[in-house]
This record gives sequence, C-alpha cells and structure tokens, in this order.
Amino acid sequence: MARNAPTHPVDGRYGAYGGRYVPETLMSALQELEDIWHEAKADPQFQLELAGHRHAFVGRPTPLYAATRLGEHFGGAHIHLKREDLCHTGAHKLNNAVGQALLALRMGKKRVIAETGAGQHGVAAATVSARFGLECTVYMGTEDMRRQSMNVRRMKLLGAEVVEVTSGTKTLKDATSEAIRDWVTNVRTTHYIIGSVVGPHPYPEMVRDLQRVIGDEARDQYLSVDGKLPDVVVACVGGGSNAIGIFTAFLDDKDVMLVGVEAAGKGVKTGQHAASLVGGRPGVLHGSYSYLLQDGDGQVLPTHSISAGLDYPGVGPEHSFLRDIERVEYVAVTDKDALAAFKLCTRLEGIMPALEPAHALHHAGVMAREMGPGGRILVCLSGRGDKDMDSVEEQGDQ
Amino acid sequence: MKTDTKSLEQALRATGDLKLVAYMMAGHPDKKRSIEAGKRLAGSGIAALEIGIPFSDPLADGPVIQRAGQIALEHGMNVAGALEVAAAIATEGVPVVLMTYINPVLAHDPRRFAAEAAQAGVAGVIVPDLPVEESEPVAGWLRAASLDTVFMVAPTTTEDRLASICEHSSGFVYCVTVTGITGVRKDLPPGMKELFGQVRRHTQLPIAAGFGISRPEHMKALRGVADAAVVGSAVVDEIDRGGDPVALIKELLKGCR
Repeated sequence: MARNAPTHPVDGRYGAYGGRYVPETLMSALQELEDIWHEAKADPQFQLELAGHRHAFVGRPTPLYAATRLGEHFGGAHIHLKREDLCHTGAHKLNNAVGQALLALRMGKKRVIAETGAGQHGVAAATVSARFGLECTVYMGTEDMRRQSMNVRRMKLLGAEVVEVTSGTKTLKDATSEAIRDWVTNVRTTHYIIGSVVGPHPYPEMVRDLQRVIGDEARDQYLSVDGKLPDVVVACVGGGSNAIGIFTAFLDDKDVMLVGVEAAGKGVKTGQHAASLVGGRPGVLHGSYSYLLQDGDGQVLPTHSISAGLDYPGVGPEHSFLRDIERVEYVAVTDKDALAAFKLCTRLEGIMPALEPAHALHHAGVMAREMGPGGRILVCLSGRGDKDMDSVEEQGDQ
Repeated sequence: MKTDTKSLEQALRATGDLKLVAYMMAGHPDKKRSIEAGKRLAGSGIAALEIGIPFSDPLADGPVIQRAGQIALEHGMNVAGALEVAAAIATEGVPVVLMTYINPVLAHDPRRFAAEAAQAGVAGVIVPDLPVEESEPVAGWLRAASLDTVFMVAPTTTEDRLASICEHSSGFVYCVTVTGITGVRKDLPPGMKELFGQVRRHTQLPIAAGFGISRPEHMKALRGVADAAVVGSAVVDEIDRGGDPVALIKELLKGCR
C-alpha cells in the first residue's frame, strides 16, 4: 500500500528530534507498543481489518473536491480540498483512533484514555470506544470544555468520562500532561490514544502511519483527475497529524511544495500565538524533543489561538526535522485571517470548515493570488466547523 | 566548603537503620523561606536532601508537588536560582541531590548546569524524564563534573533494562515503589520486596525507595528491605501549610530505627 516507505524515524528519531523522554514507569509500555505496532503493521489480517473499518465506519476514501468558487475568488487558481471533514465524526482524527483501538484490543487492554483540545480527538476516541466496547476517559481543559461544549456533550453521550483539567493554561497542553499522569498510574491496563504525531516514540511514527491514508488517497485522486501533481499542498499544523498525514505521500515528489500553517493567534510578534515552528526553539515536552514555545529558563509558555485544536506549544518531531531540512515550509496565520477564511469558504463553497483548516485555507488563498490562474493547490480540509459556531459568533462581524 | 559531607553512596547505605531522604522544592513558598526550610531539614537527621527545580509541566508529579512548583515559578524560581538555594543548603554538611525535568537543564545548557551544580556543592542529579537511553550527552557532563547520576527503576521495568539502569546509576538507585506519580498514599504496594530483591541482584549501590511514602509504618515496612526512603509530597505539603517539616521528619525517623 505504501508508495514511498518513510525513511524516518531511525532509532525513534527524526534527525535530532523525537526520542522517548518519559518517566521510567512508561518505558516498557512504549517498547511493547512499538513492537506490537510493527507486528500489526506487517500483518495482512490487521491491515485488512483496518481497511474494512476505514471503509464502512470512517467513510473512506474521502472525496477530493474542486473548490472552483474559492479558486475564482482568489484570482483563478485551481484549489482542491481533501475532504477529511466528511469522515465520520467530522475530522481526520478518527483515522488514528480506529487504528489505535484495534491495537488496544490486540494488547488486551480494555481501557483507553485520550487528551483533547478541540474535542475532535476526544470524540474520535469516545466513538471507537463505543464501537469496540472499550472503557474511555478523556482529559480536556476547562477553557476548551467551554469553547467546544458541543463536543463535550457528544463524548458523554458516547459513554466516555470527560475529566476537566484545571491546571496550568487549562487547554490541550495540560490535558495531555494529565492524560500522561493517568497512563503512568494505569499503564498495565490502559492504552493511551495520543491524538497527534507528538509524544514519545513510537507515537509520532504510529500516528503518521495511520494518518498517511489522507495523502495516499489524495495523491491518487489528484493524479486521476488531472494527470499531474499539485504545485503545492497546504495543511494546518497544531501537533501536526493531518499535515503529516497528507504530506507523507508527497515527500518524494520534489517538485511539490509542502506548506504547514501554524496558528499566529493575535500575531507572532505579540507573543500570543501557538506557532512553535515559526516562533519557538527545540526542547522537550510530553516525551519528545521538538520545536517548543518556551521561555529562556525552559519553562513552557502559555499559547493562544482561536482554534482549540492548534492551541498547543509543541509540535510533532517529524515536522521539526522537515523544517530543518527545508522540505516543508512553515508559516503562521492569525485568528482574524482564519476567521475570514472560515466565513469565505462557508459562503462560497457551502462547506463550513473547522477553524483549524481555516488557517490553511487562508494561506492557500494568499498563495493562489501569487500563483495566478495556472496555480494548482491542494488543501487538507481536516475537519468540519459546526463545533466552532460559538467561537465564530463570539467574535462578531469583524 | 563541603569537605566533611559524605558521598551519596556512603550517606544512603543502611547501617541497621533505614536512612531518610527529604524532598523540597526550590523557591517554595519563596526563595528565602525554601533556604530556611532546607537548612532546618538538613539538621533534622536526614541522610540527604533532594531539592526540586520547578518545571511548568511535571509529568511524574502529583498535585502537591505540581502546586509547589507552580508557586515557585510564580516567584521567579529557575535553574540559576535553584542552584543558589542548593549552594546555601549544601554548606550544612548533608548531601544535596537536585531533581529536575530535562527541559530546564537543556535550556540552561547541560554542560554549564553540571559545572555550576558541582560548584554549588551538589552531590548528584535525578532527572525523572530522562531514561538511560536518552541520557547522553547530559550524563556525560554530570560525570565530568564528578556528580552522581541517579536513575530510576519502576515496578514495570523489565529485567534487561534493570541491568542497564543499575549500571548507569551512581550514588544510589532510585526505586519507584508504585506504578504512578508522586503523592502520599495510605499503603505501600504489595510486591515491593520482590522488586527490591530484583534490583539488589544488579547493583552494589544503596537503593532508595520513593513515591507514596509518608508514614512511620511505611518506614517500618521498608527497614531491612531498602537502604533509604524518600519522603517528598508529605514534606512539601507541610511546608505549603506553613507547618514544621522537621517535626514530620522526627516522627518518621522513629519508624526508621
């Protein structure tokens, strides 16, 4: 299935990045997970089962959509959207959660835990738990529970316990720390379903392998429509799972430019942002070495983004590597521009994007204007925007 | 300056009695008072003192130590400040061990951290999120500065990793008694004795038990099994409430004999 097998990680590292910086208690569980993932990945029976769930439960393949009115609006470039918003539960997160639930079953673990920011990963974890009969606990910051209240209700209906995290910045970072503490305590019976390409090895690799279906499909679809590859592929980056998911298939296509879009919040210069690759420097958070928003003393900084899913001070280690080798260009888009793109896409295409990919849509528009009518742009529309209605309305008509 | 301070290995080896190690957070409740608390603890009969360096995201810690770290950070504590706290306490003649997450060390520069810690009279360093596999080059700089590098074993540690951890440790081996994070617990877990027995087969170093230990009866249970017991959250909680950690230590010491 894999067109180009990724060459990384090597010994759990992407260049200098990655690794396994965790309390000793977790080391054997991570080794077990790495072994079982490699075994499952090579097992045709597992792949068959995964493919079946992807098709009938997740709803794959998701379509490639020609956003012609957006393209016209931005000066005539061809803009295509990879419709991950059409996955069951409304975002790409389910691709990963389904795979990890199957692994939990394979390991004989009956309980799973997850962290969530926007709530999409929490909903995905709660959904697969319902589907496969697992006990599920989701950690979510108070601030995110407020701005993503609909997803909190969904998780509870699905039978998950949602634990409010009141420490620190009360967002994704602290929810992740709390989930790790739960895992340290219950590691013998519990699998931790990390929602992005972050965390200690093997998570960044495993989540990439489960998300690369996005790019594998999109590349084939794009070729069959156009006979050519896009000039540029754009995706938003919080932890970076949808971006790695779509980029991986194109890494060897040297003529295809890859652009990751981080959250600039109120502007990178204001300090109120979540752009780790654009505005941070390498450090260790949540078990891996990667770009990180931190102060001079190595304390992790509070972040800001209108989008709960991008509001995270770290980023996946493979992105740090791809940044350093300049294979992917990383930029940052503000709250204000993302909101405008959210509204534009809704009005022009009848597709309400989540605020996370709205950051990517804005940058796609900027590039479309630069490239003109011949430009060919593929955007990963990682999720749908119903969950963000309250946040968008709060901002008024700016 | 600390010429009559014993080495960690000497200080923690049980000689009939169980040795007691106290943990406190640098800068909690503020810098001055943490130095005072540290000096009083140093004179209370403990064998060594662990001084925590606060970190914004302490994955191995429960609510009590998380909170103390948050308070210390709000008062501006950092690596440089913690080294000053350690230096002021190390003169009391009890070995001082720094406990820090890896990121503040990386931000400070590991080589400089090692040199400055040695200069401050520190005896050893524990980094709970730095397993042996990731420990170089940081451990190399610590060794070069003649600091002990203490690694942890946990109830989930496999036999082959146990050998490697014991081989890399110096000063003592820190044995996490519970599958979990720091914080006081009523009972120590079953299977603890087997764990210590397993560790003993791999090392001549003293073994300290930590996490969840807070009561005189825990001391009694560990005597003859471990060389030393580390009491953290209970001490920090006492300091947090403005109480007297020395009274707590005296009480616990009764269980050590």
